[in-house]
Amino acid sequence: MTELKPDIEKRSEFDIEINGTVGKPFVDNPKMSSRNCDVFYGDKQAIFDVNLDIANNEIIAMIGPSGCGKSTYLRVLNRMNDTIPICKVTGEHTLDGEDIYGKKQDPVLLRARVGMVFQKPNPFPKSIYDNVAYGARLHGLASNRSELDDVVESSLIKAGLFKEVKDDLNKPGTGLSGGQQQRLCIARAIAVDPEVILMDEPTSALDPIATALIEELMDELKENYTIAIVTHSMQQAARVSQRTAYFHLGKLVEVNETDKVFTNPEHQLTENYITGRFG
Amino acid sequence: MSKTTKKIEANLKKRYAKEKRFRAYGVVSLLISFAFLAVLLVTIFSKGLPAFQQTYIKLDIELNEKILGINKDSDEDALFSASYSKVVKNSLKEMFPGIKGRKQKRALKNLVSKSAAYDLRDKVLEKPTLLGTTQSYWFLAKDDVDVFMKGNIDRTLPESDRRIKDYQLAWIDKLMDEGRLEKRFNTVLFTEGDSREPEQAGMRGAIVGSLLTMLVTILLSFPIGVATAAYLEEFAPQNNRWVDLIEININNLAAVPSIVFGLLGLAVYINIFGVPRSTPLLGGLVLTLMTLPTIIIASRAAIKSVPPSIKEAAIGLGASRMQVLFQHTLPLAMPGILTGTIIGMAQALGETAPLLMIGMVAFVSDIPTGIFDPSTVMPVQIYLWSDSPERAFTERTSAAIMILLGFLVLMNVIAIVLRKKFEKKW
Ligand SMILES: Nc1ncnc2c1ncn2[C@@H]1O[C@H](COP(=O)(O)OP(=O)(O)O)[C@@H](O)[C@H]1O
Ligand SMILES: [Mg+2]
Repeated sequence: MTELKPDIEKRSEFDIEINGTVGKPFVDNPKMSSRNCDVFYGDKQAIFDVNLDIANNEIIAMIGPSGCGKSTYLRVLNRMNDTIPICKVTGEHTLDGEDIYGKKQDPVLLRARVGMVFQKPNPFPKSIYDNVAYGARLHGLASNRSELDDVVESSLIKAGLFKEVKDDLNKPGTGLSGGQQQRLCIARAIAVDPEVILMDEPTSALDPIATALIEELMDELKENYTIAIVTHSMQQAARVSQRTAYFHLGKLVEVNETDKVFTNPEHQLTENYITGRFG
Repeated sequence: MSKTTKKIEANLKKRYAKEKRFRAYGVVSLLISFAFLAVLLVTIFSKGLPAFQQTYIKLDIELNEKILGINKDSDEDALFSASYSKVVKNSLKEMFPGIKGRKQKRALKNLVSKSAAYDLRDKVLEKPTLLGTTQSYWFLAKDDVDVFMKGNIDRTLPESDRRIKDYQLAWIDKLMDEGRLEKRFNTVLFTEGDSREPEQAGMRGAIVGSLLTMLVTILLSFPIGVATAAYLEEFAPQNNRWVDLIEININNLAAVPSIVFGLLGLAVYINIFGVPRSTPLLGGLVLTLMTLPTIIIASRAAIKSVPPSIKEAAIGLGASRMQVLFQHTLPLAMPGILTGTIIGMAQALGETAPLLMIGMVAFVSDIPTGIFDPSTVMPVQIYLWSDSPERAFTERTSAAIMILLGFLVLMNVIAIVLRKKFEKKW
């Protein structure tokens, strides 16, 4: 056995200062945007002064070492953090220029416009049909059964699942394979016809083939939706996204075109991360 | 083999030995508890089973209108109050002529239960054409005859030590010879209310009383308990001093001796709110207090065990907190909630102490028809019968315990069926 030598460079991340975000965090006419975003869990601060725009019909990838606050930031965007009593979010956040934390904003309506797909596939213990129809029923999007059938069918088609399940719509969604379950969850999110879809490591529990299917799917979805995806796989970020945001210890270090981030990163920390010096 | 492997191997033996010993302890303790259960069940069943049979006596009754004190054109009222007991007595007298002395005459009359006269009356009212004829009927035998027939009186004992005297034995022998004594299934146990006469005493009143009481209890405690649990788990502010205080109190309430709830019921429900005493309504109110903590604690555990990922999925789709609760959390928690509820109800069904405090121990022979009627419940009935001096009540006590156990088993079966029905995999 060889002795483990402490890697000097691995430690150096703590010495590198983060002064604001480098690159291009802002775009013209953004779909969503955050300014001066801080997030606290009780006394502990998880996000420090994040400023970021998300453009229309883009896929933006969020990468960074685990625990750096990617999920926390993503959940700011549809107010999922509201469900955690100790969580406090500050700063300005907008969707189409409207303040999403404003008094007038109804979080239920916001979540209908900003859908979410979670890390672990989480279909309801109901039939495939009822899973997809759930959101449409909740918000009264279909006035009769045949309209609902259409919503379910078109959502399943968009999620690339329809062919596989069209004869089993009454079987439980929990009986599908992991990859199918995740596509079912995507279909369920699409059925509400959201404008933005947030995905928190949607393929981390899936095998490579299922992952490839979902990545293909994202590429198609980008035509109609704006997507923010958190991923721990840099290859995935490189494959699917147009822009990439690198988070480090709760701070947004760098945002740039994905090509640039992976070939010529501006910040030393980003370079350390993508070259695998820590993470 | 490397050194390390050898070391591990040496240790393995010890580990397996330990495991074996542990398993042996488990088996032994299991056997002990089974032995206790077996002893309990065998005692109760061996004592109680005979009570499901009852001795009947066949008499030839001459429905003589003169003796009955009526005539051809008597109306129904007269038929109702005719002296049927006299006819029954005459029939016995005819069978055993020449009996002298008040004591023996009374003993003769006491071969047959008092219910014979009522039976006869019902038969005549149903079919007045029977009047003037002679009919053979089976009537309930008196408890002493029944006890003797079941072999619980030793005829070899000296007469002075026996409840049945020699002349009575002679009558019984004669009746047996003529095939006039027979043991049959004891329907009285299920169709009649309580009675001072053992052979006429049944569980019906107590069973109906228990069911009505349970109805009140479940209608109150289930919704209140589930709502409380849901509020505490899903809506109450966390780390709030008041919420913590409430939680601690609920957990403590579960440990309060049940008789205290009886006292509380007496002081609050009866004295302040004037709820009628001895009624299923009052019993249900008191038992609700007792069952609530059980239901709340079980429901909270069930609600807590619903995977957060399911709730997040619903919230992420724009469900409100109410919708998440009613569409996902509660349905998924239902098996656990129902199990807790039925455990609580089973406790309540077997509870005696608090009901003694609120007057449900009174002697009630009528079968309650609603929650405002005075009534008793099964465990109290058991208590009352076990306290009665008559030998015949001893076996009825065990029979009542068997019926109560039957209901408890039934409730457990319902719990299992419901759990199976609601259980879903995720
Ligand atoms: N519910 C929570 N309560 C308290 N702290 C939390 C909670 N969720 C996340 N955190 C903390 O916030 C920080 C960021 O977490 P997270 O956003 O999950 O990171 P990532 O998704 O990048 O791995 C971590 O230090 C984590 O411990
Ligand atoms: Mg995460």
